[in-house]
Amino acid sequence: MLGYLLRRVLAAIPVMGVVALFVFLLLRLTPGDPAAILAGDNATPAQLERIRASLGLNEPLYIQFFTWINKLLHGDLGVSLISNVPVLHMISQRVEPSISLAVATIVLSVVVAVPLGVIAAWKQGTWIDRFVMALSVLGFSVPVFVIGYVLIQLFALDLRWLPVQGFKSIASGFGPFLERLVLPTLALSFIYVALIARMTRASMLDVLGEDYVRTARAKGIGEIGVLFRHALRNAAVPVITVIGTGFALLISGVVVTESVFNIPGIGRLTVDAVLARDYPVIQAMILLTSLLYVAINLLIDLAYTLLDPRIRY
Amino acid sequence: MAIESLPEPSIPIASSPLRPRFGFLTSTPIIAAATIFLLLIILMSILAPWIAPHDPLQLLPAQRLKPASDQFPLGTDAYGRDLLSRIIYGGRISLLIGFGATVVSIAFGLVIGLFSGFFRWLDAILMRIMDGIMAIPAILLAIAVVSLSGASIMTVLIAITIPEIPRVARLVRSVVLSAREEPYVEAAISVGSPLPKIMWRHLLPNTIAPLIVQGTNFCAAAILTEAILSFLGAGISPETPTWGNIMAEGRQYFLIKPSLIFWPGLLLSIAILSVNLIGDAARDALDPRMKQREGGK
Repeated sequence: MLGYLLRRVLAAIPVMGVVALFVFLLLRLTPGDPAAILAGDNATPAQLERIRASLGLNEPLYIQFFTWINKLLHGDLGVSLISNVPVLHMISQRVEPSISLAVATIVLSVVVAVPLGVIAAWKQGTWIDRFVMALSVLGFSVPVFVIGYVLIQLFALDLRWLPVQGFKSIASGFGPFLERLVLPTLALSFIYVALIARMTRASMLDVLGEDYVRTARAKGIGEIGVLFRHALRNAAVPVITVIGTGFALLISGVVVTESVFNIPGIGRLTVDAVLARDYPVIQAMILLTSLLYVAINLLIDLAYTLLDPRIRY
Repeated sequence: MAIESLPEPSIPIASSPLRPRFGFLTSTPIIAAATIFLLLIILMSILAPWIAPHDPLQLLPAQRLKPASDQFPLGTDAYGRDLLSRIIYGGRISLLIGFGATVVSIAFGLVIGLFSGFFRWLDAILMRIMDGIMAIPAILLAIAVVSLSGASIMTVLIAITIPEIPRVARLVRSVVLSAREEPYVEAAISVGSPLPKIMWRHLLPNTIAPLIVQGTNFCAAAILTEAILSFLGAGISPETPTWGNIMAEGRQYFLIKPSLIFWPGLLLSIAILSVNLIGDAARDALDPRMKQREGGK
């Protein structure tokens, strides 16, 4: 197990190396002077020189790369070209809304989608199954910003049940925090519910024909017990996997949802950085989200042993 | 993944993998409706100059944010431009990017996957690079590329294509890895068939069915990503009518005129839904094992 863990962590190093190289080269290989690209058309020579100095663009390429990697490994993600504030500080200030939204979305999606998938597989071919599958195709097809605006129109403007936009920190009370989190979470959960319900259904269909399920039924265990204790536990591995690979989907969803609902999280920070060509911020966001993606998928691989004792590394 | 090696497929599969049948496009009423919707949207985009009632770029400041009328069937936007005409023209960019990104990513992914699956020494290097690109969330990669290279149809196309190439390459590689163990490929290698011939005649045909399925799903995702980029302001320049751009401009006026978001949103959703439904039908028809695994329809 320890050997496997070590191998997996070591395997993640080249992946992150490629990500870092890609991010580094993206700016340098874009045709034109990188400093001029970042500063825009109306930049003065002094501004260009400041950007060059800040990003070390006057050095040879390989020295730039190693200096940059060295800084990264020491936790220095650079300084914003616009506000001159360290990028890590900017991100840490904006992380609460995004994590709240992401965690609420995953929890809601799992709570809704897993039972939906189980029931669809159990009642395969019936109207319930078709309804769940139709919902899942819809979830993949209707963009999160369209769902977001439909929800705003319905629940905030017509019914006036919830606030239109914004975010309140959990420190200012759980009520206001939750009130503003409901609509964005619902909007973002749609695609995640589609993804997880579909995978749960497919995985359950694989399992429901197995001998141990028949044995469990023959022993007289109630249908709920058969489905959730015997079948679902065996069907869980692909479902957990899809939650991990769907993390990239969640990131893009968070970026869009924060723009729709005016939430000051890291998604909005990224979009603002893109519009202002604040490359150190964009660069840091790509590196951090990729690292998170790799780490989450590593943790999920390790979680398999807990879920399924047959898997041993 | 060699389709030929399957034990008795539960449904008839194409007699030649190079010519998959497209009968699945009308297999159920819903799929048929999706096909018709998609054809209508394609037709609408091609015929845009003839069917759009107004010039989508014409500014009429006196007609700002007008409600629907005989002159402007869906009303006008904040610059007095006709919303219907802009939506009709907007389909062009969405479809161009959707289909374009699919073709380009398949072309690159196919070459990388074929070589990676065939040459073990190359495989390790190529797959590490692919893993790295796959770890970057696609939307962040795309907005980074667009923000650096400037917004044009070409950069948006490239930005959407890059994250998909590793997924195609991995799919093709897995097909090639299993196909190259097949006796007919080993036989072709042992009688000294030239490499291009082995790839073209024996390996490539195996990849077609899975690529149609993957390509259709990606086409839907590419249309969505283009709309997201435009919506975030990181896409094609705002005056160009795209569904995402119309919605992005409509955001400010959402409280006054929600139809600026709902009409393009509806059309965008229907387009993506149609392509997704066709993708699901293609998977059921072309990949019998998937159908068995999912237990039928």
